[in-house]
Amino acid sequence: MNPTDLALQLWPAAASATAVETDWLILAFTVLTLLLTVPVFVAITWFAIRYRQGEEADRSHGNTRSVLIEISWMLIPFLLTLIFFVWGARLFFVSKQAPGDAMVVEAIGRQWMWKFQHPTGQSEINDLHLPIGQPIKIRMISQDVIHNLYLPALRMQMATLPDRYTELWFKADRTGSYRLYCSEYCGTDHSKMDGNLTLMTQADYAAWLQNAGANQGGQAGAGRVVYESYGCGNCHDPGAKVRAPALAGLYGREVKLADGRTVTADETYLRDKILNPNRQKLAADYRQVMPAFRNVIPNDDLDRLLAYLKSSGATAQQEATPGGPVQ
Amino acid sequence: MTSGTITDGPALRDPHTPDSRLGHGADYLHAEHTLRSWFFTTDHKRIALLYLASITAFFVIGAVTAGLVRLALVVPDGQVFTNDTYNKLFTIHGVVMVWFFLIPSIPATFGNFLIPLMIGARDLAFPKLNLASWYVFMTGALFTLASVVLGGVDTGWTFYTPLSTAFSNTWVVPALIGVTIVGFSSILTGLNFVVTIHTMRAPGMTWFRLPIFVWTHYATSLIFLLATPVITVALILLIAERAFHIGVFDPAYGGDPVLFQHLFWFYSHPAVYIMVLPGMGVISEIVPAFAQKKLFGYKFVAYAAIGLASVTFFVWGHHMFVNGQSDFASVAFSVLSFAVAVPSAVKVYNWTATIHKGSLKLDTPMLYAMGYIGLFVLGGLTGLYLATLAINQHVHATYFVVAHFHYIMVGGTVLAFLGGLHFWWPKITGRMYNEAWGRISAFLIFIGFNVTFFPQFILGYLGMPRRYHVYPPEFQFLNILSSAGSTILAVGYIFPMVYLVYSIWFGKRAPANPWDARGLEWTVASPPPAHNFLTEPQAPKIPYDYPIQARETGRQHS
Ligand code: HEM
Ligand SMILES: [Cu+2]
Repeated sequence: MNPTDLALQLWPAAASATAVETDWLILAFTVLTLLLTVPVFVAITWFAIRYRQGEEADRSHGNTRSVLIEISWMLIPFLLTLIFFVWGARLFFVSKQAPGDAMVVEAIGRQWMWKFQHPTGQSEINDLHLPIGQPIKIRMISQDVIHNLYLPALRMQMATLPDRYTELWFKADRTGSYRLYCSEYCGTDHSKMDGNLTLMTQADYAAWLQNAGANQGGQAGAGRVVYESYGCGNCHDPGAKVRAPALAGLYGREVKLADGRTVTADETYLRDKILNPNRQKLAADYRQVMPAFRNVIPNDDLDRLLAYLKSSGATAQQEATPGGPVQ
Repeated sequence: MTSGTITDGPALRDPHTPDSRLGHGADYLHAEHTLRSWFFTTDHKRIALLYLASITAFFVIGAVTAGLVRLALVVPDGQVFTNDTYNKLFTIHGVVMVWFFLIPSIPATFGNFLIPLMIGARDLAFPKLNLASWYVFMTGALFTLASVVLGGVDTGWTFYTPLSTAFSNTWVVPALIGVTIVGFSSILTGLNFVVTIHTMRAPGMTWFRLPIFVWTHYATSLIFLLATPVITVALILLIAERAFHIGVFDPAYGGDPVLFQHLFWFYSHPAVYIMVLPGMGVISEIVPAFAQKKLFGYKFVAYAAIGLASVTFFVWGHHMFVNGQSDFASVAFSVLSFAVAVPSAVKVYNWTATIHKGSLKLDTPMLYAMGYIGLFVLGGLTGLYLATLAINQHVHATYFVVAHFHYIMVGGTVLAFLGGLHFWWPKITGRMYNEAWGRISAFLIFIGFNVTFFPQFILGYLGMPRRYHVYPPEFQFLNILSSAGSTILAVGYIFPMVYLVYSIWFGKRAPANPWDARGLEWTVASPPPAHNFLTEPQAPKIPYDYPIQARETGRQHS
């Protein structure tokens, strides 16, 4: 199931036993809430009608002892709600004690993307594929600001902090495709720091790991995300506000520079141009506006980005979005 | 309305109360006319009006930005505004609403106007300090508005580090300076109220004859005094870190970003009670007046105000259940939060019991009060959901939270504010507003509010994170519903702005006590004389001395 098929569903999909129990907790709490509030709302409305000024009504007062009433109407709801405190705390504790045999996935949050690394070494960006029926522990950290990894189908979230590891674990029991988000406001593209959580059977997961490259579009697919996360498209996509050379199909072509020379756009040229656009001569007909990404894009991302620029995907993607940059 | 009009004098319960048949120029509005007499006044009533005008302006800014945020969210793909514009809009909305509207709203306007009148004093203890606090407030506002004019801020009203210190490229520092300065205004107001309530009560005005409004403001002032310095320190450290890279919060310099959250919420959670308690105070005046019956459990409500103000200091950690806080701390903060939330929410039973066997008048202030009760209860109880650890793990930082805090803050503060505004409007301006329009506005706001914010509980539960400019298409329907509700709500807000202002010139003249209410403020003319009381006021024997008395009245207790 694709997450977008959920339109107008009033109950979020639950993919683990903990998620199901959380739903029960919320449902039961809602029943208590109704129990505590509906009588008040009904009473207020009823009194407002019954005791309207000018209406005939018995307004004499019995021997109501307010101290007793006050204490009981504060204490009884408090004790009732404490049941939910205990239930919630128990569930919380369970979801904090990861079993020893949990499979550990590393996660890094960064403006504005998630990077996940599987124990076998494969990594993916924004999307996360995991097996069901096995405890999984996500160990995470942030490279810049505070983010928060939110997996609604598992009723779980945990902050990623700069310089400090945090973790979250769960054992999913239903396959499917679900949303994952960053839920701690982290700047400009906070709302695009999301992706899909795909839960699969162990066999499918093993197969996925085998073909991870193909499934994910490999380095190039990950590179597309890098391309977006650094906002390259704001200038280089067709229809962008700033005029910059289109990158589609650039790799391997001859480029005419402003000083009249012609060079081949090979990997060295692209790499150099990204890291320090000023050192290279400018392409003909363009102004020097591109920022230098030296010390900005880490090496592994640069590799992915180059893989993307070299792939046919870059061509296809840019031709497919003539409407201009994705904001 | 049993009391008289301006021509035959107010209904006097008390022979010491002066006749209100005074020539023009004697009441505080007409005593002097120059601009100077307004901007350098030390009359608490005029200062209250300066505040009223200022916070109304901030409310309008906050509401317009809210409208734009809701407009943007009609479509899921974020095509209405750019990401930066959207982020700045919700930040301005939050900053202005919290720091420049909600926190000062009731204390700075009604508190200033009414506390001296209610306790039988001629003014606050430090009139010049009171004026100074308005200037401090406006100075802070100037800084924050400057940051908006210069290009905006995009950190969210919570200013979390290191986003705010190292990563935001917007006008964070002027915004922070503004918020820091506004804190000093709160401190000055709180100090003034505490000293006034302690030392300026009229003869016979014992603690247990004080209106609940005064009790709640006393409790609020304690929070102002004890909590505000903490946010001041936190914000100064933040400014210093952003400007000089000293390492307090940013791990890049050896700091700890969670420390900021602790300092921030150590203030900002009690700040919820800065918003809620004065609202409770207003409702506790309106409900007895419109039921013509003594407030049920007067002493309990008074104690509860002080009690809530105290325990609210122990629950700040419930904002950090999923932020890497120790599990033990989370459990402790969870149970403490229950201990605060339950009594707050069940305070409504007192108002309900007050209505029981009363003689009810369903005028505008009472309609607002009833709306308040509904929204506040839902806001309070959904706070318990958030305090429940396992639930928090799911709905933290989603639209569930947005719905919850709007129910508490708009329900608990804005509705009480509007109810109070209608209740005391005749006293403040000397004019009656149009009752029919008043009732329509109360209904529109109640309906508009629920259509706007109830869907957000569901959105949050379905997993829509807050502060999202682009969102998955499956959430669009509920977002459209919410945006549609906000237009109803906007109309509901515009109504009182129009008919109240209209009434200033064209409204019927108000008698001293149009609602037949008790409390010393109703014993003086409308509008009150410049120095409040022409002769020394006498405190009533019991508070809320209404015709219908519950069994447990002050007669037994005091
Ligand atoms: C017309 C009525 C209102 C509407 C439609 C509205 C809507 C919103 C929306 C959509 C958000 C952003 C949520 C997010 O993206 O996380 C928000 C945040 C907020 N609102 Fe309102 N709001 C309204 C009135 C108010 C009022 C009257 C107050 C206070 C008096 C208020 C205080 C806040 C605060 C403090 C925030 C948090 C800002 C943040 O997320 O940083 N709102 N509101
Ligand atoms: Cu993030």
